[in-house]
Amino acid sequence: MEETDVVLLWGSNARNAHPIWFHHLLKGIRNHGTRLYVIDPRRSESAQWADAWLGNHVGSDIALANAMGREIIHAGLCSRDFIANACSGFEEYAKGVEEYTLERGEELTGVPADVIRECAHAYARAEKAMICWTLGITQHHDATEAVFALINLCLLTGHIGKWGSGLNPLRGQNNVQGGGDMGAIPNRLPGFQQITDPAVRERFEKHWGVKLQPNVGWNLTEMLDAMDRGKLTSLFVIGENPAHSDADANHVEHVLAKLDHLVVQEIYMTRTAELAHVVLPTVASWCEATGTVTNSERRVQLCRKAIEPPEGTRDELWIINEIGTRLGKDLGATGPEAMWNELRVLAPHMYEGMTYERLARYDGLQWPCPSADHPGTVFLHDRLWKKGAERGPAAPFNVVHHEGPVEKPDAEYPFTLTTGRHLDAYNTGIQTSGYSSPMTRGETLDISPEDADRIGITSGIRVRVASRRGSVVVPARIDEGLRPGVVFMTLHYPDDAVTNMLTINASDLAAGTAEFKACAVSVEPETSVSPARSALGAMPASA
Amino acid sequence: MSSAHQQLVRLSRPSSKPKAMVEISVDGEAVSVPEGSTILDACKKLGKDIPTLCWHQTLTPANVCRVCMVELEGARTLVPSCSREVEPGMKVKTRNERVDLTRRLVLEMLGSSVDLSISPGTPEMIAEYDARPERFGPDAANVARPVKDDNALYVRDYSKCILCYRCVQACGDDHQNTFAIAVAGRGFDAHISTEFDTPLPNSACVYCGNCIAVCPTGALIARREWQMRGDNTWDESKQTTTDTICPYCGVGCTLTLHVQDGEIVKATSPFGNDVTLGNLCIKGRFGWQHVQNREAD
Repeated sequence: MEETDVVLLWGSNARNAHPIWFHHLLKGIRNHGTRLYVIDPRRSESAQWADAWLGNHVGSDIALANAMGREIIHAGLCSRDFIANACSGFEEYAKGVEEYTLERGEELTGVPADVIRECAHAYARAEKAMICWTLGITQHHDATEAVFALINLCLLTGHIGKWGSGLNPLRGQNNVQGGGDMGAIPNRLPGFQQITDPAVRERFEKHWGVKLQPNVGWNLTEMLDAMDRGKLTSLFVIGENPAHSDADANHVEHVLAKLDHLVVQEIYMTRTAELAHVVLPTVASWCEATGTVTNSERRVQLCRKAIEPPEGTRDELWIINEIGTRLGKDLGATGPEAMWNELRVLAPHMYEGMTYERLARYDGLQWPCPSADHPGTVFLHDRLWKKGAERGPAAPFNVVHHEGPVEKPDAEYPFTLTTGRHLDAYNTGIQTSGYSSPMTRGETLDISPEDADRIGITSGIRVRVASRRGSVVVPARIDEGLRPGVVFMTLHYPDDAVTNMLTINASDLAAGTAEFKACAVSVEPETSVSPARSALGAMPASA
Repeated sequence: MSSAHQQLVRLSRPSSKPKAMVEISVDGEAVSVPEGSTILDACKKLGKDIPTLCWHQTLTPANVCRVCMVELEGARTLVPSCSREVEPGMKVKTRNERVDLTRRLVLEMLGSSVDLSISPGTPEMIAEYDARPERFGPDAANVARPVKDDNALYVRDYSKCILCYRCVQACGDDHQNTFAIAVAGRGFDAHISTEFDTPLPNSACVYCGNCIAVCPTGALIARREWQMRGDNTWDESKQTTTDTICPYCGVGCTLTLHVQDGEIVKATSPFGNDVTLGNLCIKGRFGWQHVQNREAD
């Protein structure tokens, strides 16, 4: 990070959400001269550090990336040698982005054509450049396509597989990466191995002594649908609070209530735990248990037990092992290190070289780390610069097109609501409500000065925010970083307002992530009687 | 731990030009260090213990405390070892009457004007150099002023401040780039201040506490530690430290949890950790209380 020349920080307010990562970016900006472009509908705390802020319309990222791609091609700035050596599908991509002229890009994204051009040229001409993104890209119904659009830019310019270059999705929790790596996604077994691959299954079956089902499972949003249809009747929730954290909260509660059996393993009595038939009180994994997490840079790190958990709680591994035993299967390896060593056997290509001893000695190691003398891997994909068989499979361009958010503003719901994080709070506030932040201001509806003037509100006035799914009442807060038409809330303060009553469960087909970043809402001072509100008369309003 | 990791990272890094080595002599012993190193680096390489107050391993030297002064042959004045870069053939003396006198004087002036009672290592330093701050008498000028207690997370007791600038640099361009504090006033009135001396909650402060982490005297102190010291219950001999990983985002900051009597009383991060360089954000440094709020609502 500290030695890269250009960073596109896309759909991310890392200054708030990843503050220590942002330190490294700032060292680059201050010491190396890194140029920063922030692409975000909001002029965020991160954007204040940018050489240029590209304030695009919510959900117009694909159009922006495609316009940049077209400009890079037409200006002759693509990395021809890299594309010829390592990529497939370039011709189709070039054809696909042809319609995204700078003028069309400006029309679709709201970013002036010359700024799109400048950003494209800066990225393409840099010797080393990175694209870093977060939920501003991935919490959209076309998130996978948007990520493809960014990958396309990276392939076009060859900013991959080199020191100081690459693609960097910044993870929002200490083990988002690790959870996926360990197979907590519908299509993978531990070590990110395909469950549909018979050879992989056979290896696990032999080790575990059980037959594995071969099918890809449901992702979160598919599970919610299946609950609604009565196809999924029992649910075991571990350390998640979907009643508050999932889009369209009213609907989520409705389908959770349909379950025959809901088990929640938690450290708190969350809203979801309140709905459960059985609650299994457990320990805080980051300080009351030992284990590993994997951070954004694929670094496997040790979490260690520092304090004793409260009485009556049980360790998470103990619970899972005990459930196994009562279901008639001894799960074998007990204890975090024994389980880790089992993983090293089952996924040696990634983890064999990572003993607990080495993880402790080196403050973590980055996978793949396949042998005891391997230093870990600082960046991936350097194979794309190699020739012939060493290069491996070509990296494909994927043609993707602009659609924009599912729910677009209209006369009845004229604003686009987007969501994000405050610096001092976290997700649904379960953990961060436990300390007193001097900065905390609770939930507000952040709105541009122009819109506030137009509907006659000032900071502190209570407003009713309504979408087609529900409504909440919160104080307004004027934010000069917002452009007209866009309003902002967080998910941190469900005691003030459950923002997810408003959000839409329109989810990405491949990843199953809902479009938290865009839904249409109306905003009115709470005192006035609004037609939208009477239409929603039966909906519960959170105060 | 972390230098081992840095070696690993270097293996994957494109080769940068190796730095030329510079040889100097310290107390008659020859030592070679890469160009750009300081005299202090060379002394450390020889295992020599040079006292420092304002110098910190993660910060640009501010050069203000003058306790690390050494004698350099051919130089008119003593030189600060923390910031003077090595040049070939330098001859350095780290202890002699002149050096000791300077260090003693600095420690006596600081010790007579500032409360150094909870500054780790400083009372020992005062003893080693036979400094006697009390010789200025009970009426010696001092920087005593009321404690600033204006927010829930930390307390500023500038009676303990030696104006080392560490907090200013950690808040400023060395790490946090928030620039909430700077030195205001001149001479004896110089003090660390927010803009217009406004209370912290009205300032630019984002409560990362990275200033607390580098404060060498306890002038900046987390509320929990301050309260426990006030109650006489703070006891570092009873504390254990455990390194774990912060839960609040995917960066993977190492959190060192300081535990006394089964309770987390402080969170820090190791200065040698190359993810954090000892820095944390408000959530990492202060957001751990939720695991200890164990009363039912």
